Amino acid sequence: MSALLSIEGLGITFGGLKAVHDVGFSVREGEIVSVIGPNGAGKTTLFNMISGVYQPGAGRVSLSGEDVTGMRPDLLARRGLSRTFQNLQIFQSMTVLENAIAGYHLRESGSVLADLLGLPASRRRALTAREGARALLARVGLDRAAEREAGNLCYGALKRLEIARALALNPKVLLLDEPAAGCNAVETEEIDHLIAEVAASGVAILLVEHDMKMVMRISNHIVVLDHGEKIAEGDPATVSRDPAVIAAYLGTEADHADG
Amino acid sequence: MKLTPKQATLLVLAALIALTPFFFPSGYYYRVGALIFVNGLAVTGIVILTGYAGQVSLGHAGFAGIGAYACALAPVHLGLHPALAAVLGAILSGCMAWLVGRPILRLKGYYLAVATLGFGILVSMVLNNERWLTRGPDGIDVPDLGLRGLLKGWGLDLSNGEFWYFFSGLCLLVGAWLALNLYDSPTGRALRALHGSEIAARVVGVDVARAKLQAFVISAVYASFSGSLLALQNKFVTPDVAGFMHSIEMVTMAVLGGVGSVLGAIFGAGILTLLPQALTVFAEYEQLLLGLVMMLVMIFLREGLLPSILRKIRGTGE
Ligand SMILES: Nc1ncnc2c1ncn2[C@@H]1O[C@H](COP(=O)(O)OP(=O)(O)OP(=O)(O)O)[C@@H](O)[C@H]1O
Ligand SMILES: [Mg+2]
Repeated sequence: MSALLSIEGLGITFGGLKAVHDVGFSVREGEIVSVIGPNGAGKTTLFNMISGVYQPGAGRVSLSGEDVTGMRPDLLARRGLSRTFQNLQIFQSMTVLENAIAGYHLRESGSVLADLLGLPASRRRALTAREGARALLARVGLDRAAEREAGNLCYGALKRLEIARALALNPKVLLLDEPAAGCNAVETEEIDHLIAEVAASGVAILLVEHDMKMVMRISNHIVVLDHGEKIAEGDPATVSRDPAVIAAYLGTEADHADG
Repeated sequence: MKLTPKQATLLVLAALIALTPFFFPSGYYYRVGALIFVNGLAVTGIVILTGYAGQVSLGHAGFAGIGAYACALAPVHLGLHPALAAVLGAILSGCMAWLVGRPILRLKGYYLAVATLGFGILVSMVLNNERWLTRGPDGIDVPDLGLRGLLKGWGLDLSNGEFWYFFSGLCLLVGAWLALNLYDSPTGRALRALHGSEIAARVVGVDVARAKLQAFVISAVYASFSGSLLALQNKFVTPDVAGFMHSIEMVTMAVLGGVGSVLGAIFGAGILTLLPQALTVFAEYEQLLLGLVMMLVMIFLREGLLPSILRKIRGTGE
């Protein structure tokens, strides 16, 4: 299996602060790679560089072998990259269903004129997207909230809505930034299953998550960041025993993972 | 049978257009009604640009000016039928919007408002100063559309006021229908998405600059047709149609009624068209009035008058 996503020497500085420095790794088809590290380690910044939100100061991002460094997010979406956000980016005034349909944009959009005139072609495209979106909402347990305005949902539900929207793109590579934040134990377990299921269907998953139990349970490979640099990587068992990792987490979360 | 929101809106609008004439005390009100519909058409374009896509233009009267003067000039200089002149004006407006919007809409922030402000002033200046073509501030005659005579030949004899009332009403209905189609279509969803979160819209594959440009061009075409209708029904046009005050009027009407909803915005157009007519004292203080309305809406009714009223009714009804 070849790497769907691979990054080399990626770095960025914000006014002198090396937020991410010389980070590299790769994610293969069906693999779940987690990026962990204390608050401010540079995990979200890394995601932003991979997904074209920030222009990397150094390094290279490739998708299925193609160099896509600093490419616009909408062009990356066309190439099969999709992501969720740590600080929710929901379309607040749209319904839950419409938020999920928005994930079908690339497949449902066509001629503007057809959309203005409400031509059958336009309606057919929209209908296909709507059906797909409904199925996805059911998959993340939000089907009953479909017609509600998204802004009125609780945090955990919105996290799941973002996952549904990201899955709607039918991505080859999926970046999830703290998908279980704000979710209770039951919801976390559901998300856990969902991620495993998506990976099993061949999607390469890059995960940032503070819930160490979840990370240790589902990751194939873990990359540890601290102060923007990669301090360790390996399978869950290796990483959780790594002295540098334990030091970075001041022992607390590494202990938590073992217990 | 349950009506979709689109059908309900169109039905309400059609009923209002058809039934209000029964309550008109005099023929004069047809003229006021027609004016409301003409403004309503421009404001529907603002709903697409500002309500759907979240972009602000302070120069849309410039497009109304292009539409209006196309009807005055193209029949004389190019020998076009006034209806075709209106179409030419719309095409021209769309192209201008594309040219102005393309470099601007790649940038983030309020550059569009500033750029359109400049564009509106430019059009207004050209119309005022190029006297050899436009006759300047005194205005210029506009040829007859000829449709009323045609209808008369077919046995439908309408007064001038009646004709423009129903014809503008029909145009507004078509404009509203198109805007409502757009709302629930892939393009409309992309526009509303980038309004909600530009970054998330990009991530799901929306080419944000392109989508904004589409909204801008479409709304410019609405303003252009609105200007054409105004010129054709007055049979006369002055550069005021492209003036800054007219641009502000469009935005205020939309915001007052509710920029997120087509019916609300048209409602706002109705109120702000009627108010100066009903209270002639306000006519002198129109600028003051517009400013005040805008401030009050922003402070007390963020979503606009109609949505706020509907919410109140539903809130107590349930
Ligand atoms: N746009 C920006 N401008 C300036 N500094 C930034 C910017 N984005 C991130 N940073 C800084 O970069 C560092 C890394 O932040 P980042 O959000 O990537 O951390 P994180 O690992 O995701 O943390 P958390 O676990 O809290 O989400 C922080 O010091 C942050 O303040
Ligand atoms: Mg983060």
